[in-house]
Amino acid sequence: MGRVGVFVCTGCGIGASLRTDGFESLAKESGAARLALHPALCAPEGQELLRQAAASGAVDALVIAGCSARHKRLELSFDPEKMPVERVVLREQVTWSHPAGEEDTQMLAEDLLRMGVARAATMKPAERAQETIEPTVLVVGGGLAGLNAALAASGLGHPVVLVEKATRLGGYLTVLKQVVPDVPPYDRLHANPIPELVREIEKDTNIRVLLATRVKEIAGQPGQFAVELEGNGDPITLKVGAIVQATGARPYDASRLSHLGYGQKGVLTTAELDRRLADGSLTVSGSGAIKRVAFIQCAGSRDAQHLPYCSTDCCAASLRQVLQLREAIPGVECSVVFRDLRTPGQLERFYQAVQDRSGVLLVRGEVESVAAGGDGLRVGVSDSLLGEAVEIEADLVVLATGMVPVSADGEAIRQLRDAKKRIEKNESETQRKAAEALAASLAAHEGTEILNLSYRQGPDLPVLAYGFPDSHYICFPYETRRTGVYTAGCVRAPMGWGQAAEDGWGAAMKAVQAIVAARQGEAVHPRSGDVGFASFFLQRCTQCKRCTEECPVGAIDEDPKGTPQYNKLRCRRCGICLGACPERIISYPDYSVDGIASMIKAIEVPEEDEEKPRILALLCENDALPALDDAAMKRTRWNPWVRVIPVRCLGSVNIIWISEALSRGIDGVVLVGCKRGADYQCHFIQGSELANKRMENLQETLTRLSLESERVRVVELGRDEWDRIPAVLDDFAKTLDDLGLNPLKGF
Amino acid sequence: MTTSKPIVVLGAGIAGISAALEAAEAGQEVVLVERDSAVGGRVAKLHRYFPKLCPPSCGLEIDTRRLEKNPRIRVLTRTDLVAAERTDTGWKVTLREEPAWVKPSCTACGECAKVCPTSVPDPFNFGLAKVPAIRIPHLDAWPRRYAMDRAACPADCHQCVEACPAKAVDLSAKERRIDLDAGALVIATGWVPYPLEKLPELGGGVLADVVSNVVLERLASPSGPTGGRILRPSDGRPPRSVVFVQCAGSRDVNHLPYCSSVCCLASLKQTLYLREALPETSVTVCYIDRRAPGRNESMLSKAESAGVKFVKGKVGSVTCAGDGTLRLKLEDQEAGRLTELEADLVVLATGMRPASGELPLHVPRDEDGFALEDRASRLFAAGVAKRPEDVASCVRDATGAAAKAMAAARSH
Repeated sequence: MGRVGVFVCTGCGIGASLRTDGFESLAKESGAARLALHPALCAPEGQELLRQAAASGAVDALVIAGCSARHKRLELSFDPEKMPVERVVLREQVTWSHPAGEEDTQMLAEDLLRMGVARAATMKPAERAQETIEPTVLVVGGGLAGLNAALAASGLGHPVVLVEKATRLGGYLTVLKQVVPDVPPYDRLHANPIPELVREIEKDTNIRVLLATRVKEIAGQPGQFAVELEGNGDPITLKVGAIVQATGARPYDASRLSHLGYGQKGVLTTAELDRRLADGSLTVSGSGAIKRVAFIQCAGSRDAQHLPYCSTDCCAASLRQVLQLREAIPGVECSVVFRDLRTPGQLERFYQAVQDRSGVLLVRGEVESVAAGGDGLRVGVSDSLLGEAVEIEADLVVLATGMVPVSADGEAIRQLRDAKKRIEKNESETQRKAAEALAASLAAHEGTEILNLSYRQGPDLPVLAYGFPDSHYICFPYETRRTGVYTAGCVRAPMGWGQAAEDGWGAAMKAVQAIVAARQGEAVHPRSGDVGFASFFLQRCTQCKRCTEECPVGAIDEDPKGTPQYNKLRCRRCGICLGACPERIISYPDYSVDGIASMIKAIEVPEEDEEKPRILALLCENDALPALDDAAMKRTRWNPWVRVIPVRCLGSVNIIWISEALSRGIDGVVLVGCKRGADYQCHFIQGSELANKRMENLQETLTRLSLESERVRVVELGRDEWDRIPAVLDDFAKTLDDLGLNPLKGF
Repeated sequence: MTTSKPIVVLGAGIAGISAALEAAEAGQEVVLVERDSAVGGRVAKLHRYFPKLCPPSCGLEIDTRRLEKNPRIRVLTRTDLVAAERTDTGWKVTLREEPAWVKPSCTACGECAKVCPTSVPDPFNFGLAKVPAIRIPHLDAWPRRYAMDRAACPADCHQCVEACPAKAVDLSAKERRIDLDAGALVIATGWVPYPLEKLPELGGGVLADVVSNVVLERLASPSGPTGGRILRPSDGRPPRSVVFVQCAGSRDVNHLPYCSSVCCLASLKQTLYLREALPETSVTVCYIDRRAPGRNESMLSKAESAGVKFVKGKVGSVTCAGDGTLRLKLEDQEAGRLTELEADLVVLATGMRPASGELPLHVPRDEDGFALEDRASRLFAAGVAKRPEDVASCVRDATGAAAKAMAAARSH
């Protein structure tokens, strides 16, 4: 147990709303080494008092009781390697939200202080890693995004290895003479940027290019990835610090678009037309010259049967091809059949310029049929603008097929591998059949590996909706679910070339960050700068594999026996492993099962006849807790029997905390965390989901304790729902009131 | 880690915050300059983001924590760029920090606002509410500190000074000049909504119940002027029918010739606010093209399945009948005829104009004022200063721009 110094700020009305005379004995009873009151701990004299205490050698941890930990962070923070700090929130959670001078308010404040002291006593100084960190960035994919990523990482001072599976750099864009405008003038095509980029790459001695090469295996962790590459010659092994995956997109499989005429003579895709324009092979057999070309937009995109999303670039690509065709074949007439013409931003000016050309017809409508007829093809369009069906005659039909990300579903591949292993083991007939069925359903993932990560959770980045390997794609678009591995370009989201080029720079920046963070032993997003790693007391591990399976970033591997192998530089410090572990053997220096459990034990539970229920609220510190702060800013009141404990993520909640609380006579436990499901808001992706699952498993414990299931509640709450959170707490209190007091009180 | 000069990021909206954070977390010294009292820019005023319909404060919570924790970022709020001069190795930058009427020792306790005798229209809520002259700029403002609208204060009023327990109010504060040697500049000055007043034919600035999309965000927000209830400004009643007018000023040679990129999605999102809050209210969107690129396509299906009606056609005029009903004239392109719609509330999906025009330095720009990157001059742009784009694109693009600026700052 560490020696705890308790410092209570009496400013911002705290002193006026509470009786502080009893705090001295409270601190003593809680085991604190010393207590001091101060009218403004955030003011220079207050800060000096804290600094002196920290430097005195008489305390191992500080409790700072005053405003929310989200305030005055600079003024009240200490080096976590030297002095752990626990902030007790008297201002927002007591003074601003409860009536001054009342007994319940006083009891709340005293409980919070006891809880803070109890936790602080368990906190230890954090240690940074002292590891050798490799600065090299590996870029997988030598298309536009990959080329930019390589130049960016090199420009930021890092050696780069650029791996491309083809025999030349440039990716899809290579075949194009020209591209749509990204800078002025916007009314015409611009030169293809690829040749210039390739020249720059070739000049850059910091960049090693490996063509006709694939990744055979990547092991390790950020700053220390061991990479094995295979190409034509001997296998190459190297160490890299971080990885950019820029594997691009492939055109949607047009063989599935026979309803749009694919397979018929004279029907090409965007990519096929690009190749023919490049090699000069554009002819239509039989009919001679091409005089009329019809483009069909959204061929396979915006279509529930095919790609539900919009492929973003096809409208601009078709307009580009219209100009290229008009140049290649003088007098050719082009029609573009579209549902919505999507040329955002300055591409609108390009669209207007194309539209103004003679011989270009834009037709809004739905394509009903593409069939041979007359001396060419006939495109049947239900024309929503003229209100009647029209037919467009064409010698050539171009299907603007969309983009499919070249990603691999690491989780699916892992399941497939596991299923195959089970088939080999052949444990029982039913198991084998189930495994065979699973393997068959996942057969399409066979051989799709790209990064070949030797991770327990699978060899590639996990994918979410539509196969994109992303996570928080609005606020943190480069984040994947593997630390130190970032995606750039069309593998991440469908986009035009200008954006893909910027993406290369952005993803390279993230890769450099991962290396810098590894060097400093710090976490990357979203707990950037956090220090201290998890420690595992492996003697007590039962190899249940929950931590290895539930870690949202795949930080924990397994040895053959199933014992967790923690890769600390992959860790994001969310604490989900700590919540998962039934043996409670995982802790961080400043966040542990024991630490929170000791807070729960510190709550004084009044005897039954006092009729003062106690409610434990475990709040996600990213969203629910700030929402509660906001409610306090608005001076909203809530039930005074609630005791709040912030958690790093709802997924870090260990069930033991809840059974501990209930068996101590606390009347109910409410967990408030982020939204889960497809549009999840959990910063650790599955934390909220996992908490829900675990609470379902908790029901057994509740039955064993003869407690009603309503005593535990999980609530999803958005960061902005400050107006709702007091009601969430009050409503839970009401439910508990209806249930009556916890019968375990006093046992 | 680099030992180069700091990069200076102008503007602390989502693009500027992202550029600053990403560079600093990669080891770069950064100075983030913001004119307002708090960071967050336009996104802080949004109710939700598309397509997840999640609150902006969620990502900003993470970002402000990153700002606070990172020792390599210096955030200067209430600060303007006065001059920037190109040097051989970057820029000589002169900044002017407004007088610190409220010092950083402010604890955000709120005693000052309680006694403030002056109320002013709240700029955060587009003037739809009144707030004290000294106040927290908004609920989640960061830095978490009160700010004073000094120009609105009556002469000789000292009430806030006396009320402040932290003695953080200083009416004798002086403005401060800050000179910096910057390794590169990132312009992330964002955008201004196309002014409603320029669209009088659509009732903009003329009819009370014709509002802009940015105002609707505030009306939908629980911390907005109506506590999150979407009400008609004229009579404070919930509208029974709402029509969205797309391309209000965009894709129009008389106004903005370009497409503002986000208005379709912003409106689709807002139709969902309405369908959720007022299920009885009919919602119609008049559009030229429904532009929902990428995965944002899901917004279109969400709106369609929520019962939102779509009419292809550009609205020509909005007028008001005697009973307060709004009447819209448009060419229904699908029906091929001129038609009229009625509504209680009309939302003009106004576009975005780049806001970098007032900067005291030469920025290469395109014909519509969007800034262009100039690597040789170590001048970069991010976010809507560069092109009309959504939040995800701003973050994406700002990260890349920050990398370019950082690389430029490293080269000598």
